[in-house]
Amino acid sequence: MASSVISSSPFVCKSSSSSKKDLGFSSFTKSSQISIHRCQKKSISRKIVSVMAPQKDRSPGTTGSVKTGMTMTEKILARAAEKSLVVPGDNIWVNVDVLMTHDVCGPGAFGIFKREFGEKAKVWDPEKIVVIPDHYIFTADKRANRNVDIMREHCKEQNIKYFYDITDLGNFKANPDYKGVCHVALAQEGHCRPGEVLLGTDSHTCTAGAFGQFATGIGNTDAGFVLGTGKILLKVPPTMRFILDGEMPSYLQSKDLILQIIGEISVAGATYKTMEFSGTCIENLSMEERMTLCNMVVEAGGKNGVIPPDATTLNYVENRTSVPFEPVYSDGNASFVADYRFDVSKLEPVVAKPHSPDNRALARECKDVKIDRVYIGSCTGGKTEDFMAAAKLFHAAGKKVKVPTFLVPATQKVWMDVYALPVPGSGGKTCAQIFEEAGCDTPASPSCGACLGGPADTYARLNEPQVCVSTTNRNFPGRMGHKEGQIYLASPYTAAASALTGHVTDPREFLQ
Amino acid sequence: MAASLQSVNPTLSRNLSSPNNSSSVAPFRSPFLRFDSTSVSRGFKPLVSFRNASSSAFVTRSAAEPQERKTFHGLCYVVGDNIDTDQIIPAEFLTLVPSNPDEYEKLGSHALVGLPAAYKERFVQPGEMKTKYSIIIGGENFGCGSSREHAPVCLGAAGAKAVVAQSYARIFFRNSVATGEIYPLDSEVRVCDECKTGDVATIELREGDSILINHTTGKEYKLKAIGDAGPVIDAGGIFAYARKAGMIPSAAA
Repeated sequence: MASSVISSSPFVCKSSSSSKKDLGFSSFTKSSQISIHRCQKKSISRKIVSVMAPQKDRSPGTTGSVKTGMTMTEKILARAAEKSLVVPGDNIWVNVDVLMTHDVCGPGAFGIFKREFGEKAKVWDPEKIVVIPDHYIFTADKRANRNVDIMREHCKEQNIKYFYDITDLGNFKANPDYKGVCHVALAQEGHCRPGEVLLGTDSHTCTAGAFGQFATGIGNTDAGFVLGTGKILLKVPPTMRFILDGEMPSYLQSKDLILQIIGEISVAGATYKTMEFSGTCIENLSMEERMTLCNMVVEAGGKNGVIPPDATTLNYVENRTSVPFEPVYSDGNASFVADYRFDVSKLEPVVAKPHSPDNRALARECKDVKIDRVYIGSCTGGKTEDFMAAAKLFHAAGKKVKVPTFLVPATQKVWMDVYALPVPGSGGKTCAQIFEEAGCDTPASPSCGACLGGPADTYARLNEPQVCVSTTNRNFPGRMGHKEGQIYLASPYTAAASALTGHVTDPREFLQ
Repeated sequence: MAASLQSVNPTLSRNLSSPNNSSSVAPFRSPFLRFDSTSVSRGFKPLVSFRNASSSAFVTRSAAEPQERKTFHGLCYVVGDNIDTDQIIPAEFLTLVPSNPDEYEKLGSHALVGLPAAYKERFVQPGEMKTKYSIIIGGENFGCGSSREHAPVCLGAAGAKAVVAQSYARIFFRNSVATGEIYPLDSEVRVCDECKTGDVATIELREGDSILINHTTGKEYKLKAIGDAGPVIDAGGIFAYARKAGMIPSAAA
């Protein structure tokens, strides 16, 4: 029987060693010692959340250890809550490894933090907070500019280590600390690590799940709470498993994969759930492609997206951070609430038609849709590889675009890559050169840009009821500005192909 | 207790005043038990409104308060499915900081201004700061899209009291509960198909059996129990809940 120090435990358990990949059970004595130190009242800390009838008349030795498999997400949350086991539905207090905020939500989050914890309160850990101005930066809007100033004050006062500041709005390159789009910057600066819990005051925080961590978006109030305590109350989500196998066709990108999935399960298909992606196709995706996949998990209502870390992940991460981390993986006998299998070799480029990310259609079936402009940018489709892909298609086509084509690199680093890296197969040309030859607009200052409309003077904002093919993540009415604007969400390949024809176009027109 | 709190955040220990009432948590439901929908909270206390509450309000709230019946009454504003946060509060207004009282009011004046022109009757009349509609009736997946807390905040700032929807997106629901700005309720049927903007309605929240009464049509609708969010709402928001659970000390003096 379990130790008598801990009452009410129905579990019979043997302590099993915890290996790197497998949390297993720790004995209750050990877990209770930890839990007592962790802000749980003694009278509550030993409540057991899983139920199993006590095995009478049999000693532990004869029953063997009873192991309940957990999914990756369950394991990450269990470890962060210092529990040996959690099941979906449990409400648990979880330790946070990284909290991210930006210019739009940061002031509000800190406002709440001060109101609740006191004007003189200090954040729980100034090295675990990352403040990334990115949403409304290159604008004359005074309130937007003020919000960056407010964040500067907070970061100074709290001694926050990671504040990617911008002061010279006229020339982004004059700001050595400025990065750009928060989700891309988090990855590039080494803040995404397998096994950790990352929260951000932005719905696309789920992007970081590509690194095998629990990452989700929260509001200002939750963020204010985390600022003070380093903890958050979370309900453990059940996991939907998506196994993507097969060889990725040369004209397909992970944007097509996620649009395919969202079209399959709808914008509420994953509400309150984890979306776990695995399979041979996933294993062959680069980190940036994996980020695109996890980025739009929230568009299906998902709480978080997650991809098992592998050599690709470790290679990326270990080059960018020296903070130790410990990956976890789903158990073989974990329970999944749904299972989907895709053979990606059979998939075709798709778009999401106005006005919903699940309004899926084959790109080739929309070839009669005349468009007014193309936008390539955002955390979803503004990374280095996204621009490389667009440039590759433009180069293969050798033609000029027929509609205004706006390019907004997500971060300073992406911008530099666009101007410096040679595009494979182009004889040494850079993306920027190819874009210029194709007649695209000059790549703009890195930020979230027009993905979400923004202040009226935002570059590439949809100020008229036009039709736009975009590599961004949402196309609800008014998303990019004008309420009657029509946004077709697409992969960078599809966006580039559409720019060349002036209609929604399947990239196979130019890539095969 | 002090030792455990200190491990959470050393600076908080300086703010410890007299221990809060967390020792009297007998009726308080443990957050570590799973909730099923039948065993849910015994009644609903008023949500804390951060507009008015000073920190001391949290200290005086105790678990021993009598369980109240809560009622909302007023005009309905009916919307459809998948009302996303850009329609609730377009991104251009996100420069307004909700914790700033002036800007909080301004946010309210823009509530639901992103709804397409097909919605002829606007939620907030042009030129007004507040809405005349206390109850919003929605379809599926209300509040989908961004995590911006400005969404439930602007609805509450405008004067709405509750949303009755078929289902919610999780971040919007969570933000509604955390802020206490607007009460998110689940209907069992498509109430949005049977109600019209301008209908007069009452919502009665009671133990295990909450209802929406549409006085204009004469119909009544059962509302689902609030579920896991109950303890947080009962406590008065995430901060009050955390104080009750002993996670953080009572607010700084």
